[in-house]
Amino acid sequence: MKAEGKVFRYGDNVDTDVIIPARYLNTSDKKELASHCMEDIDSSFVKSVQSGDIIVAGRNFGCGSSREHAPIAIKESGISCVIATTFARIFFRNSINIGLPILECEEASQEIKAGDKVSVDFSTGVIKDETTGKEYKAEPFPPFMQSLIEAGGLIPYIKENY
Amino acid sequence: MGMTITEKILAHAAGLQEVHPGQLIMADLDMVLGNDITSPVAIKEFPKFGKNHVFDKDKIALVPDHFTPNKDIKAAEQCACVRAFAKSESITNYFEVGRVGIEHALLPEKGLVTAGDTVIGADSHTCTYGALGAFSTGVGSTDMAAGMAIGKAWFKVPASIRFRLSGKLREHVSGKDLILSIIGMIGVDGALYRTMEFTGEGVHSLSMDDRFTIANMAIEAGAKNGIFPVDEKTLEYLKEHGAKEPKIFYSDEDAEYERTIDIDLSSIKPTVSYPHLPENTHDAKEGHDIKIDQVVIGSCTNGRLSDLEAAARILKGRRIADGVRCIVIPATQKIWLEAMHEGLFDIFVEAGCVVSTPTCGPCLGGYMGILSEGERCVSTTNRNFVGRMGHVKSEVYLASPETAAASAVMGYIADPEEVGYES
Repeated sequence: MKAEGKVFRYGDNVDTDVIIPARYLNTSDKKELASHCMEDIDSSFVKSVQSGDIIVAGRNFGCGSSREHAPIAIKESGISCVIATTFARIFFRNSINIGLPILECEEASQEIKAGDKVSVDFSTGVIKDETTGKEYKAEPFPPFMQSLIEAGGLIPYIKENY
Repeated sequence: MGMTITEKILAHAAGLQEVHPGQLIMADLDMVLGNDITSPVAIKEFPKFGKNHVFDKDKIALVPDHFTPNKDIKAAEQCACVRAFAKSESITNYFEVGRVGIEHALLPEKGLVTAGDTVIGADSHTCTYGALGAFSTGVGSTDMAAGMAIGKAWFKVPASIRFRLSGKLREHVSGKDLILSIIGMIGVDGALYRTMEFTGEGVHSLSMDDRFTIANMAIEAGAKNGIFPVDEKTLEYLKEHGAKEPKIFYSDEDAEYERTIDIDLSSIKPTVSYPHLPENTHDAKEGHDIKIDQVVIGSCTNGRLSDLEAAARILKGRRIADGVRCIVIPATQKIWLEAMHEGLFDIFVEAGCVVSTPTCGPCLGGYMGILSEGERCVSTTNRNFVGRMGHVKSEVYLASPETAAASAVMGYIADPEEVGYES
């Protein structure tokens, strides 16, 4: 599986309140959630995001509330992958569970710039900044999480195994 | 090599002799929790697991507390979804308005969590029950749905950071000041993926309410769980609230910790976290120049009876400053009644506060106290992120109930040690 798109760039500690503010949590409609994605830190995101685009951020991405609406809104908005130095743990497991690809790579998350064109090969963990030509290697997932991802998320995994 | 309390509980839940940090396990769950925001997503996913019914109707708690009493039509529809599922699955622990309270105050109060339990909740502050010596952690809605379907969840066993407490907290200083100070010390990702274990003789001087507050905010340092050892106060609390027989685990002497931090409780001062991260801590007494518009006293962090009593001690015989709105929110109906019987509502209302029905409301910018552009709120809640309580250009300052009450009286961020009690 591969992804390719332009980069939206954010800093450290991007919390789930800014990914999808609680004032929109009176619905679980995916399209409606996506229509407000990132609006409190980047009001242009929704207007300019295109299918396949990639978010690159710093440390502790997705901290705060456990709302699964956050990775749902990101995935539904068309984002193909989130690359960060580290992820907050609930966001991490929510993303794996719903099948939003995420990668931890400190070097990539520090160097890749907003607007760069980036490609990601999930089978090898290789991230390539097509704009600068530089390649990075993401941390591999442990085998259990790899099997969750390969199954397509938690629901098909549980259906197969329990 | 010995094991920590968290490792022992997880080993027990996974049916293993021992577990080690980093190990991935499938654990049996004693309780699966959801609220009116996260449950509807889980309920939609539930049929996809192909199970006819939930794994155990007694081990699921559905607590519509965030946008209730229903704040608008969409919120009403989310609650209707939860209510219909609770009815069709005969969920024992569904709580309707009039009986509902803020989930993390309600579950311990109803005796639904005991020591040694393994609990997941589709709410990040589910880590609160670590105060009872349980392993308890926040997850998302798909995990909640899986938990309801098969009674299990996957975990990576966390490494533990030990906070060794000594001494006693001073007057006007609470568990909230301690946990804010700790987050200020280690940062909002200082315990990422890890356990925050509170140990040492200082633990025994902390009230159960203080322990709930401390464990509640472990997530604000990125932790998977916060946990306290079981002592006489824990056992007394569990007995008083009719909890199941506790399963008591203690950390071994030779258990391994990634890091140990020693804290003298008497050194902790009234502390305030400035916008927009809980790690941005300052001494309360530095805040005289910060004029405020609103104060919120409540939430899963600080809406318990002792929190309201602490605020009332400061507010007794005083008036809220002109231009300040003070909103008091008892966390459960039981706390509401007790506060009323103790005469706390007289103190609050005479001071110029409004007292609300239990709700998470303003903490997450839902309703019941939303901030406009440029407004500042001192709040006993747990997060001060951008836009958390309303407008993206509003500000939230996190503090203890005493500091919040002192600030409400003065109209700026004030140290309760300086304001004191009205003689």
